[in-house]
Amino acid sequence: MSSIENVSRRRFLTGGVIAAGALVLGVRYYHKLSSCDKLPHDTNADHATLHPSVYLGIDPDGTVWIVASRSEMGTTSRTTLPLVVADELDADWKRVKIEQAIGDSRYGDQNTDGSHSIRSFYDAMRVAGATARFMLIQAAAKEWGVPPAGCETDLHVVVHRSTNRKAGYGELASAAAKFPVPRKEELKLKPKSAWRYIGKGEVSYDLEALVTGKAIYGMDARADGMVYASVERPPVLGGKVKSYDDKEPLKVAGVSQTIPIDPFQQAPGFQPLGGVAVIADNTWAAFQGRKKLNISWDNGPNETYNSDSYKNELRATSHNPCKVVRNIGDADAEFAKGGKILEADYYVPLLAHAAMEPLVALAEFKDGKATLWAPTQNPQGAQDIVAKELGIPKEDVICHVTLLGGGFGRKSKPDYVAEAAVLSKKMGRPVKVVWTREDDVKFDYYNAVASMYMKAAVGANGKPTAWLQRSVFPPIPSIFDVNAVYGDPAHLQQGWTDIPYDLPNLRVENGPAKAHVRIGWLRSVANIYHAFGIQCFTDELAHAAGRDPLDYLLDLIGQPRTIDFKGVEYPNYGASMEAYPWDTGRLRHVTELVAEKSGWGKRKHGKGTGVGIAAHKSFLTYVATVVEVEVNDQGEVRVPRVDTALDAGLVVNPEATRAQFEGAAVFGTSVVRSGEITATKGVIDQSNFQDYPVARINEVPNQTNVYIVDSDAPPAGVGEPGVPPFIAAFCNAIFAATGKRVRDLPITKLGLS
Amino acid sequence: MFDEAYPVHAFVARNETIQLMVNGEKQLFSGEPEMPLLWYLRDILGLTGSKFGCGVGLCGACTVHINGQATRSCVTAMRDTAGKEVTTVEGLEKNGLHPVQKAWMQINVPQCGYCQVGQIMQAAALLNSKKNPPDHEIDEAMSGNICRCGTYQRIRAAIKAAAGEMA
Repeated sequence: MSSIENVSRRRFLTGGVIAAGALVLGVRYYHKLSSCDKLPHDTNADHATLHPSVYLGIDPDGTVWIVASRSEMGTTSRTTLPLVVADELDADWKRVKIEQAIGDSRYGDQNTDGSHSIRSFYDAMRVAGATARFMLIQAAAKEWGVPPAGCETDLHVVVHRSTNRKAGYGELASAAAKFPVPRKEELKLKPKSAWRYIGKGEVSYDLEALVTGKAIYGMDARADGMVYASVERPPVLGGKVKSYDDKEPLKVAGVSQTIPIDPFQQAPGFQPLGGVAVIADNTWAAFQGRKKLNISWDNGPNETYNSDSYKNELRATSHNPCKVVRNIGDADAEFAKGGKILEADYYVPLLAHAAMEPLVALAEFKDGKATLWAPTQNPQGAQDIVAKELGIPKEDVICHVTLLGGGFGRKSKPDYVAEAAVLSKKMGRPVKVVWTREDDVKFDYYNAVASMYMKAAVGANGKPTAWLQRSVFPPIPSIFDVNAVYGDPAHLQQGWTDIPYDLPNLRVENGPAKAHVRIGWLRSVANIYHAFGIQCFTDELAHAAGRDPLDYLLDLIGQPRTIDFKGVEYPNYGASMEAYPWDTGRLRHVTELVAEKSGWGKRKHGKGTGVGIAAHKSFLTYVATVVEVEVNDQGEVRVPRVDTALDAGLVVNPEATRAQFEGAAVFGTSVVRSGEITATKGVIDQSNFQDYPVARINEVPNQTNVYIVDSDAPPAGVGEPGVPPFIAAFCNAIFAATGKRVRDLPITKLGLS
Repeated sequence: MFDEAYPVHAFVARNETIQLMVNGEKQLFSGEPEMPLLWYLRDILGLTGSKFGCGVGLCGACTVHINGQATRSCVTAMRDTAGKEVTTVEGLEKNGLHPVQKAWMQINVPQCGYCQVGQIMQAAALLNSKKNPPDHEIDEAMSGNICRCGTYQRIRAAIKAAAGEMA
């Protein structure tokens, strides 16, 4: 086995003990590759003296190893989930060492998407901690000859108060390991009053490593004998190499060879796109050589795709009856009565992820097995596609997960990892594939372009008597089945079939759209365009009725009730409807809360200024946001203030949650100001930050205030739910300030910047 | 002084050895003089703190100091580093943490963290040239550094905290 070269680790080891995150990550890589006596999937937790769970181990020196099985891309889940283990264990956080899991089904689902790390693993983390605590108490009780019921735990110790005895977790670890692992039913979880960390939170375990440059991302992974690859991919989805000439690339100093990569079969899925790889002994040489490739392409049928005409097709589809996905009453009968009718079209273009770390992966194929190092949200998915591409069993694919320099959903799709593996197999040595920013923008799995047609008949008080909404967008399943054209329930539920308004007549429809680029999950996904359509149309109706947008919104949300989804295919983000019912009272509460906190209706707004409001539930979290804007005579938009209130049930880490909602306002700012991917003859027009700009410090909200509702409801998501209502509230504020209604994003189309 | 020992060359011919200082250590480079400093630091010296984000000087993830000035290493050719002093995050502070790094921790700035080294190098250079920059000067100095996670509000707060510390 080879050893990984890890300069950062060496530097760290001479640098002190504070940057523990970098240490653990470094040690793990080093350890895994340099030692042959342990299986590659082993963790330090596995080899700890007390090891009652795959997530946890305790050494005799009192070190508590906690395995982070979810990927860390900035949401702090790598810290927050171990914090739950530590709380239930009554462990001293300073004595906890976190180690990152490889892809392995024994940890359950590892695809870090859908804002569900805490929701899906909160209970498992508590059980892991409680199990170890139970066994430590058993060991101490036996040692002291007292009943376990008389023992309790304090910080990293078991105590028996009546005899004034105590023993540390480290010294008890060996004896505790002799007891059987208790069943879940035997465990007694700590009451809320005894929580040390849950609800209080903690900064990232990796914080110091992050500010000192010692943190290891995928871009920083190295292996002995490694070469670098840069891939020229088919400019049109589904295109193939007809022929190519590599004479010029091979003249570039450092370039050793070129290797063709096969195009994907049938639907793209997570397969490599194909093309030609240029191999070199450093990244820059690979980039330079690639520029000199001369490739003749067969572009295939997607060559006819132009985003301008495609937009018109989507809109035309949305103007005709489509598939009904939810219905209440008879909207058409109400429309036929000939009262006041309002209609509007909304449009959101394709969006790219543009995480700061471009895609990158390192793979080593050796002796029939593949070892991967990748900044992936989805290590098991990487194992699957690599096994398939290389024709080896999944168990022979080891996927190490580095830190991720942002993910936003792009890194849950492991096509880039498969590229590295395919190349390593062909070369018989470790290969690191480095995507340029241009690759990252041009070969994304884009958030779907979507057209929404909205129609309402309104009564005397301006309240809708009938409501019709149609969305048309190329669906994500099209990456697996090129004939998939309708929205699937998992994405129609995202702010569309679950429109929370109390309406007598409602029809929700979805129309077909064929994909010509890869469509994929991007932070908040379909909620982005659905919330934009519904929440901005609501604002239009309020203004048309001459009513205050807040009062009008609350009127539509109606009285607190649980939405009945009878007859609707509603997956509820994979959660049970019993544990996570759709409670309009909670949406109403965050709306009222944000109105109060933002001083809605109380602050004066002069010329060119205004506020907008929107409320939206996604990923089981209720959010309402108020955005204040200033627009000058040149059409330049500033955002002095954002207020956002959220009810995510139990919040384990409020500090990290605030950060997610601050970040959501920035992510949403990019969508509103400049987010647009277009295509001409099947080729993506944008390439880098000059033509796909994302928000900079001088363009973002000056102040984002986050209000977290204190709740004992089960935990929901926090990574994504902040984005959709921010976008809609921002656009509603622009209307309040300028009288210009934003129906097509981004706002550059209205002459605003 | 480094400059006296190794005078700056206006032009470095191909294969001519380039001498430069990186974090106080003399380095010799005899490769392709057009290679950007970023890839020399990352692939050849193994200093991976400076990040690749865009390759064209638009995002600031690769920011280092050259003779004390914040510079995008992804668009700085090795030929232009001859005789210069390069400081990366690995050499920002010899003892412990730089005040800007401390402020970044105190305000809990990073999310994914990938851009933060570039942000910190940019902020450190700003505070070296200006003791207490007002908001608009912070925005101006930092507007070349993108953070996709959206930590800007905290970046601004951390720069103010660091400014207070360094004053």
